[in-house]
Amino acid sequence: MAEYTKMWEDIGLDLKRHDTLLEALGKIYGDVYMTQTNRPKGMEYFDFVVSEVHGLRIKELMEHKEKGGKVVGTFCVYVPDEIITAAGGISVGLCGGAQFSIPDAETILPTNLCPLIKSAVGFKLGKICPYFEAADFLAGETTCDGKKKAWEILDNYIPTYIMEVPQKKDAIDRELYLKEIKAFKEKMEKEAGVTITPEVLGEKIKLMNARRKALERLYELRKSSPLPISGKDACLISQIAFYDDPVRFTSKVNELCDELEKRVKNGKGVIEPTAPRILVSGCPMAVPNWKLHHIVETSGATIVCEETCTGTRYFDTPVVDETPTDIDGQLKAIADRYLNIKCSCFTPNDDRIDQIIQFAKDYHADGVIYYTLQFCLTYNVEYEKVKRALDKEGIPLLKIETDYSEEDTGQLKTRIEGFLERIS
Amino acid sequence: MFAGIDVGSLVTKAVVLRDGKVAGYSIISSRTNPRKAGEQALEKAITNANCKREDIKCIVATGYGRSSFSFADKTVTELTCHATGAHYLNTEIRTVIDIGGQDSKVIKLDESGKMSDFAMNDKCAAGTGRFLEVMAQALEVGLDSMGEFSLKSDKPCSLSSICTVFAETEVISLIASGAKKKDIVAGLHMSIARRVGSMAKGLGLQKEIAFTGGVAKNSGVRSAFEEFLSVKFAPISEDPQIIGALGAALVASKF
Repeated sequence: MAEYTKMWEDIGLDLKRHDTLLEALGKIYGDVYMTQTNRPKGMEYFDFVVSEVHGLRIKELMEHKEKGGKVVGTFCVYVPDEIITAAGGISVGLCGGAQFSIPDAETILPTNLCPLIKSAVGFKLGKICPYFEAADFLAGETTCDGKKKAWEILDNYIPTYIMEVPQKKDAIDRELYLKEIKAFKEKMEKEAGVTITPEVLGEKIKLMNARRKALERLYELRKSSPLPISGKDACLISQIAFYDDPVRFTSKVNELCDELEKRVKNGKGVIEPTAPRILVSGCPMAVPNWKLHHIVETSGATIVCEETCTGTRYFDTPVVDETPTDIDGQLKAIADRYLNIKCSCFTPNDDRIDQIIQFAKDYHADGVIYYTLQFCLTYNVEYEKVKRALDKEGIPLLKIETDYSEEDTGQLKTRIEGFLERIS
Repeated sequence: MFAGIDVGSLVTKAVVLRDGKVAGYSIISSRTNPRKAGEQALEKAITNANCKREDIKCIVATGYGRSSFSFADKTVTELTCHATGAHYLNTEIRTVIDIGGQDSKVIKLDESGKMSDFAMNDKCAAGTGRFLEVMAQALEVGLDSMGEFSLKSDKPCSLSSICTVFAETEVISLIASGAKKKDIVAGLHMSIARRVGSMAKGLGLQKEIAFTGGVAKNSGVRSAFEEFLSVKFAPISEDPQIIGALGAALVASKF
């Protein structure tokens, strides 16, 4: 990583703390990922991406900027990558999965706020994350109250644009969201100094749909038994989707899927087929939050699907309709697709509950772990509805509420092992 | 013969089974070395059972420190062990409330004694043995005598905080304001009963109900629970603190 020191210095990172972070990340990755056996060969690319997460990818972003391109930091699956890329920009999902930066954030944010927001804001405040430093501006949204208000504060440190995401999905909400999509297109055009044409937008819609389809293909393969890929590895791929180059990423995921298809055909798995299969449902897991996956997969079980923003919500079907050839039609297709995402910030959100039940069946899950970050109000409250619905279906459910710190690992292990004893 | 070791955060328990019956047991402090505590507890239980180490065919470890006890043939969570132990003593039991050093748990059992659901406190010492230990220190009351002491109260203090840190502050200001210690202790017991009792109600309380774990020896907490939940706990013929270790020994005998 020594060759990147100058670049990091130039973009204004706090080098000493950044070194500490990278060292810690390397160790966690080694402990969590490299101890796995029987991994698909195609994971080598993703291991490489992680090893270069603050190196090569940042270099690519800086080269892109030198050529006049924009880099936009995002936090949520409701900000359309199609529009950012159609304006010649690169979209990067920003990190918010580490305990490391939380003390920084707690100097200006309340302690009882979700760790994802604190971690992300802390990365900017501490100048620890090169993605924040590389970004020209951030595109935030109004999904939850914590984020909405935190973006106002973050705007003091880096320009932060806010898209309004409605709370319901009725006709007037769809109208509002479409207007927001249009406003965001204008914002991107102004920032990049370009006009988005239907040709380019159509191309980018196809590009993002291809990325979604590749991820869907990967998840489809996780329905198999024996399971061809661990939950940890699949989770990592979903996380990487947020910041890797979309063309390269899509082709690497498809390559991996070719290998996994062979595994399925030959009955080769990463874990014995009798291992309990777990569906994880709830809050996003941003890099390097591998806490739950690690505990579950070192307790003799495996995770077969994530019904989360860093899982199915990211690529959820239907994809953006590719038929419209005019800008208005395309923007409406984008709005329709994104507003179909089933986030707990919406009311009502019964589609999500139906989908969890459907996933539990499709992925042959023996049980569901409902994962909620501390102080994530909407997912935390929505649990009760999920519980009632899953109880009715006879699907075993365990709720885990946690943050990024390691101090509750022992208690979580007891709960998860207890849950596995219960469902075995 | 079979043995079960329950390595808890504060206390380690061991049970030796002979012909399916408790032949001997031990309860010792975990201190700072859970591995050593496990070995010592086992040795003591073996002595109490009047047998030798070679007689033990299988050992199952449970509790917070279960994985640090290297002599175990198998580890099982305390959730399963408390369910198994309680079912063995009384097959009518459908709910177990277990309060140990750092965890409080409510476990649902089916007719065969298998755990069908459970709830546990979140990462927090509220409503646990550790909570009582801290409060006993603040009040300068012996931990073991808290129960009897609180039963003398006819006007329990109302404590608003369930957090160990804030409750301690609240207790100190109650002492300063001249409240009687017995009333404060009774108030603390009520706060545990409310906290863990709500968790039990959320899971669905089904009779018969057993109260296990170290805190179950506190008669004040017991009666506070019985009042809050409007139930009577089923009597248990063994020391409630060894039910987890007993369950572990029973799992060992079937392994």
